[in-house]
Amino acid sequence: MTRYPDPKQVGGDFYSRNFAKNARPDTLILNLGPQHPSTHGVLRVLLELDGEYILRAEPVFGYLHRMHEKMGETKAWGQFMPNMGRVDYGHPLSWNWAYCGAVEKLAGIEVPERAEVIRVITHEMNRLTSHLLWWGAYILDLGAFTPIMYAFDDREHLLDLLQRPTASRLTYSYFRFGGVSKDLDEKFVEGTKAFIARFRQRLPMYKDLVTDNIILRKRVEDIGIIDQDMVTRYGATGPVARGAGLAYDLRVSEPFGVYDRFDFKVPTQTTCCSMGRYLVRMEEMEQSCRIIEQALEQLPGAEGPHLVKGAPKPQAKMPAGEAYFAVEGGRGKVGVYVVSDGSKIPYRVKLRAPGFSNLSCFAEACQGMLLADAVAVLGSLDLIIPEIDR
Amino acid sequence: MSAVKDIFQSVKDLWSLFVGLRVTGKYFMQPTLTVHYPRETVDEDVEQTYGGHVELVPKPKNPLKPKCIGCMMCVTNCPSGCLTVVKAKAPKPTPEEEQAMKEAEARGEKVKKPKAPKEPAKFMYDYSLCSLCGTCIENCPVGSLRYSNNIYFVGTSRKEFKLDLLQRLQRQAENTAKAAPEASEPEQAAETAKSEA
Amino acid sequence: MSIHPQLLHLIIALIAVMAWVGLNALVLVYFERKGAGFIQRRPGPFEVGPQGIIQPLVDGIKLMCKQLVMPTGADPVLFWTAPLLSMTPVLLLFLVLPYGPWLTGMQIDLGILLILAFAGINVLALLIAGWSSNNKYGLLGAARAVAQSVAYEIPLLLAVLAVAFTTGTLDFVKITEGQGPWPWQWNMVYQPLAFIIFIISAVGECNRAPFDLPEAESELTAGFHTEFSSMGFGLFFMAEYSYMVVVASVASTLFLGGYQGPFGSDGWWWYLPKVYAILMFMIWIRWTYPRVTFVQLLNINWKWLLPLGTVNLLATAFFMKLF
Repeated sequence: MTRYPDPKQVGGDFYSRNFAKNARPDTLILNLGPQHPSTHGVLRVLLELDGEYILRAEPVFGYLHRMHEKMGETKAWGQFMPNMGRVDYGHPLSWNWAYCGAVEKLAGIEVPERAEVIRVITHEMNRLTSHLLWWGAYILDLGAFTPIMYAFDDREHLLDLLQRPTASRLTYSYFRFGGVSKDLDEKFVEGTKAFIARFRQRLPMYKDLVTDNIILRKRVEDIGIIDQDMVTRYGATGPVARGAGLAYDLRVSEPFGVYDRFDFKVPTQTTCCSMGRYLVRMEEMEQSCRIIEQALEQLPGAEGPHLVKGAPKPQAKMPAGEAYFAVEGGRGKVGVYVVSDGSKIPYRVKLRAPGFSNLSCFAEACQGMLLADAVAVLGSLDLIIPEIDR
Repeated sequence: MSAVKDIFQSVKDLWSLFVGLRVTGKYFMQPTLTVHYPRETVDEDVEQTYGGHVELVPKPKNPLKPKCIGCMMCVTNCPSGCLTVVKAKAPKPTPEEEQAMKEAEARGEKVKKPKAPKEPAKFMYDYSLCSLCGTCIENCPVGSLRYSNNIYFVGTSRKEFKLDLLQRLQRQAENTAKAAPEASEPEQAAETAKSEA
Repeated sequence: MSIHPQLLHLIIALIAVMAWVGLNALVLVYFERKGAGFIQRRPGPFEVGPQGIIQPLVDGIKLMCKQLVMPTGADPVLFWTAPLLSMTPVLLLFLVLPYGPWLTGMQIDLGILLILAFAGINVLALLIAGWSSNNKYGLLGAARAVAQSVAYEIPLLLAVLAVAFTTGTLDFVKITEGQGPWPWQWNMVYQPLAFIIFIISAVGECNRAPFDLPEAESELTAGFHTEFSSMGFGLFFMAEYSYMVVVASVASTLFLGGYQGPFGSDGWWWYLPKVYAILMFMIWIRWTYPRVTFVQLLNINWKWLLPLGTVNLLATAFFMKLF
């Protein structure tokens, strides 16, 4: 049986030709992406389909490669900061923190207590926006159009609050070496308290409309099994690891900032399926609310300015050496590794994106399932393509 | 026993569909939340805290001139290179002055050359390059830069995002002057316009 | 030369139906977008005309003005036949629907049969569209469309048969007149199960969310009409909305008493609100639920609707024999 059309005649690019080499002759090779509505940007997945069943899958990425790591080697330490807001538009403050943390570790900069608390508040609020964005987009992938609008209604309130200190609404560049760029004002604190109260009332609605819906549960339960073995093999972190029953959360296991002061739970699910990851994120939103509440209570008592005195200027030189700092982002472990040769420009900046490891699980997890389920699994990994390609 | 449980579960599952309908039905009845842009504007509070493109802060006494001293800190620190500042040159001496200077030199006196004023002659800003990180604002020693609240800034070509911030400052000053006519000072405006040219 | 009066009646009815189909599609698109907007707490179309009322018309004109693109490798004859084939049978379906005591295009004894028969042609159109456009997404969409439509026609038929058993006729006018003007005299009360099965199958038959698998946006981009542009797409779009109107009309005739009104006030003014109530319900569920997967879709059909429909039919036959 010969494949029609013959791959040798059709051509295609390097990836499709290689992928077609190992394909069975009676199967269909489908390019899901890079301009597919449910791949959230420009992810491309090569699929070998038998009917609608997936035999093999291979993610192809790099369509959104912006050379952030190389840009780090051409800009001064402080000038690289805006890039950190653009690596991951979903949870930019975690990247802000990871880079600032690495440089602070390298140069031994003390962060005032007040700045640490501010960092926790804004970081957690950013996690809420990240999870709300994921929630809306995921349900949109599954075919329901309305929830994303409700999610954005809440998200809009958060962005209105976050723009007060950060002056941005999406790509934040708010943290500085030794603190944050602007202090929180009274209106922000009041507004955040009001938002938490409002959000607590909205969460049951989300549960009624989506989480409890029988169609959704049948869609996402027992598909895309990523168990602890796979998690450790691929290095998946964040909700993907916690959805496999692995209580690995950097906020608890390697506390950074002042996270050790707060009382919150690390939600885990043992089902390993898409529903498990979904529930982990829904639970995380509630826990984030708890952290923000506690942090707001600690804010008046926290001492020090929002930015340490004598914080390095953007063009300042950093001592030679190397440092690695990791924080818990919305998608998992966000790590930044910096090497300095003592000049005002980093020698090397390495970014560890959690989405890359999480996406690597996809090829194995989606084998033998339906095309529609593959979309549901892809969404449950919470992929932000710019972060994967960097 | 499990059969009863199954039936109970099925009924619960079916009920979840009606719960979903109730939620959307409830919101169908409630008023819309969207801001109808040309007819409505966003909340005052949101507009005031919005971080739009960078703008110059006028001197407290002279709304036509920026606080800027032309130190170029913003230009050197800008990660995206979106600012272009040209320092003001020393005013060219008039022929009489030149004559006087030459005479003074001939007499062997110390010539006092006019110094360049500490202000920018040109302050160009390319919004299409700016990443709105706020580095220029934080590093300005005199606080001459700030985020504008220009939330409705749109354009149809790249050219429209290349802003002359000095002109913008003057336009703003004129607008506020128009709003409060008694505060306007025409002579001053003419003077600034001359120095601008 | 004189035209046969029945032929004249038919021609007038056909022209009226054409106008009616177009108007219905416009109104329904407007309702759909407005309803979606209000559910999502935004105004929906707003700028074109007061409350955006002429937006669908302007969209239609825009569609007509666009370029007709055919992909390379597509079968030109089949590619252009498909949208036409999708749209033409719709006109026929409207002919037999009873809008009022005197407002029926063509009253025939086998009205239901005609509708069920010609509605099946739509499947062929979708299959041709997906197959001829030389697109893998289109092909998958076409395969889904066929499996789905074939499957969902069976419970639809069973539900209709149950009603036909109780009334003893396949003529729409007679079925309408067999019911009374008040809600407790409607077939819905005597055949609740058939009504539910009919509504669910109707949503599946129309390819509407949550059963809109042939054009599942997040999986197949646009399914069978991925490659269609301009009025090619426009005709599919119009056909989809017209089929919605047809199934809603059939449902209101069979189960909701049709054009009958209390105190002899029969007429289309009773008929249309019932039709649009069903349509609004279909719009409501579209903007509430996620989409089911293909396996689930067929499971719902073969494991639930079909046995339930059969049981309902047997029970109906039993009771009809008994009383």
